[in-house]
Amino acid sequence: MIDNAKLVEQIKAIATRIEAEKDFLTQLDNEIADGDHGINLARGFNAAVDKLPTVEGKDFGTILKTTGMTLVSTVGGSAGPLYGTAFMKAGVALKDKTEIDAADFVKAVEAAIGGIQMRGKAVEGEKTMLDALIPAHKAMAAAVEAGDDLKTALEKAIKAAHEGIEFTKTIKATKGRASYIGDRSIGHQDPGATSITYVMEAIHSTL
Amino acid sequence: MKKLINAVEAVEEQMVQGLVKSTPKLAKLDDHLVVVRADKKEGKVALISGGGSGHEPAHAGYVGEGMLDGAVCGAVFTSPAPDPILEAIKAVATDKGVLCVVKNYTGDIMNFEMAIDMAKDEDIKADYVVVNDDVAVKDSLYTTGRRGVAGTVLVHKIAGALAEQGASLEEVKEVAEKVIANVRTMGMAIAPCTVPAAGKPGFELADNEMEIGIGIHGEPGTSREALKPVDEIAKELLDKIVADIDYVGKEVVVLVNGMGGTPLMELYIINNYVHDYLAEKGIKIYDTMVGNYMTSIEMSGFSITLLRLDDEMKKLYDAKADTPALKR
Repeated sequence: MIDNAKLVEQIKAIATRIEAEKDFLTQLDNEIADGDHGINLARGFNAAVDKLPTVEGKDFGTILKTTGMTLVSTVGGSAGPLYGTAFMKAGVALKDKTEIDAADFVKAVEAAIGGIQMRGKAVEGEKTMLDALIPAHKAMAAAVEAGDDLKTALEKAIKAAHEGIEFTKTIKATKGRASYIGDRSIGHQDPGATSITYVMEAIHSTL
Repeated sequence: MKKLINAVEAVEEQMVQGLVKSTPKLAKLDDHLVVVRADKKEGKVALISGGGSGHEPAHAGYVGEGMLDGAVCGAVFTSPAPDPILEAIKAVATDKGVLCVVKNYTGDIMNFEMAIDMAKDEDIKADYVVVNDDVAVKDSLYTTGRRGVAGTVLVHKIAGALAEQGASLEEVKEVAEKVIANVRTMGMAIAPCTVPAAGKPGFELADNEMEIGIGIHGEPGTSREALKPVDEIAKELLDKIVADIDYVGKEVVVLVNGMGGTPLMELYIINNYVHDYLAEKGIKIYDTMVGNYMTSIEMSGFSITLLRLDDEMKKLYDAKADTPALKR
């Protein structure tokens, strides 16, 4: 079980990790697109951390919704609506809960994926964050189904996400700004798939 | 990085403040990087554009009579978030409605769509069009599609003129879509640009290299080639443009656009060739614009835009415009 105090800790851990990887994410983005992913995401998660005192002690839904709205308002670009919608949808899935179990976590990730797909109109295999997140969700769901605890399930999810990142190197982008360079995007790992994996690793680090 | 700025974080704010101070006809919304006309005009469809900063004078420089009613300025090369777009819509909205002119980028479309949904919840009539004039990008059902680049300025001009005359939201949208259907652009660069917050150029080019099919965000183009005389480069771009839609026997507006770091001297050299090329192809030039209309910070390069005209677009193109960056 994780409680709402742990969730606050996890959002702070995500911000710290993204801040630490800011330059690397920006460099990845520079190779295939416009080089602002790390900068924008760090600005957004830092703003989300600044908002946390206003929601501490509240339910998962409120904390995640506030975080999502802050990301939409402060990240900009396409990562803002995508990450923001993901957190907001996860918040809807966990409404009124002050503690959650592994199955709830899997449900929240599923809702987040739904939100990302609704907003970005992408599917797996287009060289986006979904190429890490969807396999991660599958691995996590199977692990929880088999009785693993959240920490173990998340470890399996992170492994699948890294395989997803490797997969993004082999395909060309058909969504987002990297799609403009066509075949030249092959060989580069997707910045969004990379950053969402860092988010999962940051959450795992708090367990 | 060597730039004439004060602080990376202050670039967008100080740029917008400076633009607004350059003319009494513009105003900035408090707390948002949104530029509007100082005197709001009622009884017309309000036209809004916006996107990341770094394309000056686009888009805030086109706010004024005969063009835009408002412009939303995001961080450099980053779409603004829905909140400032919503504030812009609310500030300029009239009972005739609001039309947003959005360039075809995933982020811009998502943020504008979210803002328009929120505006509709507040009973504001709002709609949008998507500009996708860049022929460098292959258009396909399975991709993000073509980018919106310099042709956007001609959408502002022509849709803005019709809006100024009091046409309905549907009519203004229709003419904007007509411009989009008839405008094509392609660009190139010989030197990249540096996003202030990134501190490093978006790509690197050797002295003898150029990027063809470049966009307006410092991202790489579709191919890298050896530099050649500019007539040959212009021919390569024009060949792709005229292969995309049929211009033969038609009248066009030519826009030779600088990317921000290109001397006018070089743009005129390019324009000299463009005129010869079009004459040879039997394409008649109605008017020519040469200058920095849609830039990519300090990138050295250019784009060529051709707008295929009909009588309605001609009249609207000729209509009065009074904005910092375009006057007619």
